[in-house]
Amino acid sequence: MNESESHFFSSKKSNSEVKGKIFIGITQLAVILIIAILFIILGIIIYQGRTKFSWEFISTFPTNGMTEGGIFPALIGTFILVVVMSIAAVPFGTITALYLTEYASENSKFAAAVRFSVRTLAVVPSIIFGLFGLGFFIQFLGAGADTVFNDGQLRWGQPNILWASLTMSLLTLPVIIVSVEESLKTIPRELREASLALGATKWQTIKKVVLPGSVSGIMTGTILAVSRGAGEVAPILFTGAAYYLATLPGSLSDQFMNLGYHVYIMSTQSSDVEKTMPIQFATTLVLLILTLSLNVVAVIIRSRIRRRAK
Amino acid sequence: MDSQLPIKQSFTKESLKKKFRLSEFLAEKIISSIAFLSIAIIFLIFIFVFKESLPLFSLGSDAKAKTEAQATTANKPESYGASSEELKPEVYGAETTEDLKPESYGAETTQELKPETYGSETAANDDLKPESYGDTPKEDLSVAPADEMMNEASQNQEGSDKTWSTFFSTEWVPVSDNPRFGLMGLLIGTLKVTIIAMLIAGPLAVLAALFTSCFASKRVKEIIKPIIEMLAAFPSVVIGFFALMVLASFFQDVFGYDSRLNAFIGGVAMALAAIPIIYTISEDALASVPKTYTEASLALGASKWQTAFFVVLPAATPGIFAALLLGVGRVFGETMIALMATGNAALLSANPFESVRTFAATIGSEMAETVFGETHYSVLFFIGSLLFIFSFALNAVAEFYVKGKLLKKFQGK
Repeated sequence: MNESESHFFSSKKSNSEVKGKIFIGITQLAVILIIAILFIILGIIIYQGRTKFSWEFISTFPTNGMTEGGIFPALIGTFILVVVMSIAAVPFGTITALYLTEYASENSKFAAAVRFSVRTLAVVPSIIFGLFGLGFFIQFLGAGADTVFNDGQLRWGQPNILWASLTMSLLTLPVIIVSVEESLKTIPRELREASLALGATKWQTIKKVVLPGSVSGIMTGTILAVSRGAGEVAPILFTGAAYYLATLPGSLSDQFMNLGYHVYIMSTQSSDVEKTMPIQFATTLVLLILTLSLNVVAVIIRSRIRRRAK
Repeated sequence: MDSQLPIKQSFTKESLKKKFRLSEFLAEKIISSIAFLSIAIIFLIFIFVFKESLPLFSLGSDAKAKTEAQATTANKPESYGASSEELKPEVYGAETTEDLKPESYGAETTQELKPETYGSETAANDDLKPESYGDTPKEDLSVAPADEMMNEASQNQEGSDKTWSTFFSTEWVPVSDNPRFGLMGLLIGTLKVTIIAMLIAGPLAVLAALFTSCFASKRVKEIIKPIIEMLAAFPSVVIGFFALMVLASFFQDVFGYDSRLNAFIGGVAMALAAIPIIYTISEDALASVPKTYTEASLALGASKWQTAFFVVLPAATPGIFAALLLGVGRVFGETMIALMATGNAALLSANPFESVRTFAATIGSEMAETVFGETHYSVLFFIGSLLFIFSFALNAVAEFYVKGKLLKKFQGK
């Protein structure tokens, strides 16, 4: 279209044409720059981490004051963390999304307040969740449980994997709510109406029609939440992550090692940062592979849902 | 038709009423009460984070009792002949921390991120280490006259007044005989990093969003968008690590400044974290500008870039503003990157190439060393509630003000 225009208005336009080209070029440059940075980060971490990255690295304990060996306990700790977190967050997130799409009327003040809170939860800095976990879960719930059930003996009133997981579940709640809500919205109205017209009650409709249709949405939400939870460190800094443990956590009241936390302490507080550099890069690589691959899966499922909507 | 009439008549008001079913009723109530939970969580977060900082605000009986207790403990050493070893743990208790919270936080190890542990050792080293961490042992060990110690100890615990007065100073020396909680140094550090990050992330992300929504073909768009959004999946600890290991050395080689970790590095790294947020939201805003605007502009003879720059961009301004606000929120509260890449020294200078210490990083690095109920502990929670209020306010502004404006604009005032 542009070219034909320039024929008509000829020379007067050429100045603005150049300007336009420059402007578009700048925006293009911004895109290229961002994508380049992304691949540079990926490339450097893969390049530096590949030497140490092996099955043995993943499946062995750290040895020799964490200057050698693998990251097995950190991996397991992260795994337990995200599992407990999902168990807590997925039902709550799904039900909240159900409320927002199925029950809330359009002008309901309550629903608006819920939506606002969910969005606020999504922007609260992660360190605040850590503080909340410390103040609420550990000092309030944990210490309270200890005085009631444990005769004041310290068991739950200290950082552990349960409190860390619950703290993390609050952080990932909005992720789940948003994706489930999105997928619920793609279920055609006609399906619901057909079910209701056949005499099913609202709850039966939700159970038999709406929920089965949104399984993929719930899955996307869970995967995204797991990807987020596996990578966040700030919330678990003082709610349960440990520097080094010789054994795997045996119960929910134990502390745990965590991949992200491992990267953090190895790169800032290790006794010999230079020497452990390959380990750090390899750990970062494992963490990145974990979060990115989960994200790619989620994006693929989500694009399928979106296609269904069209 | 006739046969249907009797059926119609049988619809009375009664029969049309919904039948009451217990299970339905329960399901609805349970679901809405669970939905209520997310509102409750917001309140709980505020209450519990704020609650722990309450001791700062009250000079009530609690604080007084503490003062007395502290006075007696401080007194004790006198009878022992002021042995320096005794003094240290009882007043500021590095040991007590360990007793209360065994291994949990890896007490000592969290100490301080000395910015210069690896890489080039420079003269700036001394400047970088905030005096705070050095002076604990020194001052404690110097056998201070016992009554002086007592005075100081009780002064510390006099709590609110004194602590408050130090808030507006610039020194952040939380662990010492005379703790000073100057938030100004931290505030300036946080602002510095935020400004640097936004100066980089803002233009980059908005321009990229403009390209995606106005100039890119549909196919290109489908490739670019997921890739840039993939940046959001990078955990902040990974970005922090990358900044610490790679960016810091690279930029030091390029610019040749003294301290390897500084506000600039932190800002660049945080820009990486903020870009996907700003990009996604502004792209949404740009895409939601009505097609009629674009078509009208093109029909009037404006070229594609003129339409994008003079029509679409202004129309989406409120949305882009919201995106930038949320970007600020992200950077302001970012912890891991600040911990790893900013050097963590609360220096007061406008130079972007000097170490800084942000609010979030202060909480992250010092919370593990504090004792439950101590002034330092309360101050950290107080900083936490400030951060929370700030991010809450940012979100509220982005949400209500901006949305209202957008709606007004698009629906024709």
